[in-house]
Amino acid sequence: MHRSQIHPAIRACLYALLALGAFVMLLPLAWMLLTSLKTFPEILRSPPAWLPAHPQWENYRTVWNGFAYYRFFLNSTFVAVMVIAGTVLTCCPAAYAFSFYDVRHKELLFGALLSTLMLPAQVTVIPLFKAFAALHWINTYLPLIVPAWLGGNVFGIFLLRQFFRTIPKSFIEAARIDGASEWTILWRLIVPMSLPAVLTVVIFTFLWSWNDLFNPLVYLHDESTYTLPVGLLYFIARAEQLTGGSAGLVPWHLVMTLATVMVLPIIVVFAFAQRRFVEGVAASGVKG
Amino acid sequence: MNARRAQLLWFWLFAGPAVLGFACFSLWPMLYSLWLSFCRYEVVAPPAFIGLRNYSYLLKSDPAFWPSIKVTLFFTAVQMPLSILGALGVALLLNQPVRGRGFWRSVYFLPSILPQAASAAVFVYIFQADGGLLNRVLGLVGIAGPAWNTSPTWALPVLVIVSLWSFGYPMVIFLSGLQSVPRELYEAAHIDGAGAWARFRHVTLPLISPVLFFNIVMGIIGALKVFDLAYAYGAAQGLEPGGPARATLFYGLNLYQQAFTYFHMGLASAMAWLLFAVIMAITWLNFRLGRRWVHYGD
Repeated sequence: MHRSQIHPAIRACLYALLALGAFVMLLPLAWMLLTSLKTFPEILRSPPAWLPAHPQWENYRTVWNGFAYYRFFLNSTFVAVMVIAGTVLTCCPAAYAFSFYDVRHKELLFGALLSTLMLPAQVTVIPLFKAFAALHWINTYLPLIVPAWLGGNVFGIFLLRQFFRTIPKSFIEAARIDGASEWTILWRLIVPMSLPAVLTVVIFTFLWSWNDLFNPLVYLHDESTYTLPVGLLYFIARAEQLTGGSAGLVPWHLVMTLATVMVLPIIVVFAFAQRRFVEGVAASGVKG
Repeated sequence: MNARRAQLLWFWLFAGPAVLGFACFSLWPMLYSLWLSFCRYEVVAPPAFIGLRNYSYLLKSDPAFWPSIKVTLFFTAVQMPLSILGALGVALLLNQPVRGRGFWRSVYFLPSILPQAASAAVFVYIFQADGGLLNRVLGLVGIAGPAWNTSPTWALPVLVIVSLWSFGYPMVIFLSGLQSVPRELYEAAHIDGAGAWARFRHVTLPLISPVLFFNIVMGIIGALKVFDLAYAYGAAQGLEPGGPARATLFYGLNLYQQAFTYFHMGLASAMAWLLFAVIMAITWLNFRLGRRWVHYGD
């Protein structure tokens, strides 16, 4: 179908539909941002103000300095960095092993790993909670980080293996003849050749770690250890005490400020690497 | 050391951590959870074997079990088809020769990657009875909107609407499926006089049936496992998640509360295994029916 084949009226409808849909998709985010720039009286007024009279950028300083929000942000960042590091350091070698070595029962083992994608977190969480409690790991980040350092991101291994398998074996043979060790071949040859796939894995790992609510909820009970998603809900629940507001009045302007701070890193990463997101999702559908 | 032995050694050095992780964080907990599902285990005392009593209690006596199944099934039955239709519709629009396709795709995809805790907070505020954006807009056209969040009738439909905001994953999968349909087929159908609907029905649909099927199956499984959104939506109102009147007590949320609010961990393990059994059954059906319904080319 070429451009010329579409009737101009239909074209206009097409764009109108797309724009309307886009408006609906972006409206909640716009409302979040607008609300984050209002004052408390503007929120409490009946009916509340549509737009902030003067954008209150101080709200961002308020939530950053007060309520230990920077602590939640640093906690989230620390966990995400550690999880990403562990994922790259263990998923790349695993994907390499499953792509290039001829070992008996290799496919069976890989199938077993892949099957865990079907395993709901609800099945494993209770035994894991019991074990982590016995190890005194509750209120530490170890339950969130250690699985990542043991190839916990099976989707990552799958994605990297798909990519590695397109690399001709002759590359590896040539490097072996040159005397390169397997470790060197992996990190100096294969990984640099597969940077798009590695980046896709890094981005999705970041996304899962940053957005995760379930695991922090189960393993982190002390406020000072909270990550952003738990921290946000904690802030809402304690808003009256934290802001000195009166009963039942949630300072929505500050809640939306917190939500914006939490959403912003994702939007930034998405803006710079949206092709990686799309390819990662498409790859998950290819295999089915 | 011969080459074969060396390869075996490297294999285990490289894949060993992942296999160890599989054993520690998937296989062992899975089997242990199955054992716990036959035990009374309330944390304070060690697990004690009680046979099938957890299962029979859930099916016969537990006051929250069936309500949570009803909530989950309603959500699945309404949300999954709507989100598949929305995703397919937008993917079909984006598959037309439009300018700025990358931009539109980003806009429609973005909400799907945002943290559900943040989305829940934003929508709780939008759906507030007094001062919420929705009721104010409705007020402009003379409609007095209900108290969406606290009404037992509306709370669950509201969660359906909120989750429909994020159909980006199936949309992108549809889009990649649509883009793999060969242009010549459309041209041939066009020459044969097939209209737009006929082309969709007889060319597009059969060729994207694998991704359609995949999206439906993943949509069902995703809907059955809902947790983050339901929990966050309750917590963002400063309430115990699951309310009002168990209207949003999803199965996953009920399970979490049994395990980590009431510490009925044996009972929660039984719930987890019922969920797992359903997911395995759907996966199995997926393989069986997939062969019959889905058109795989070549």
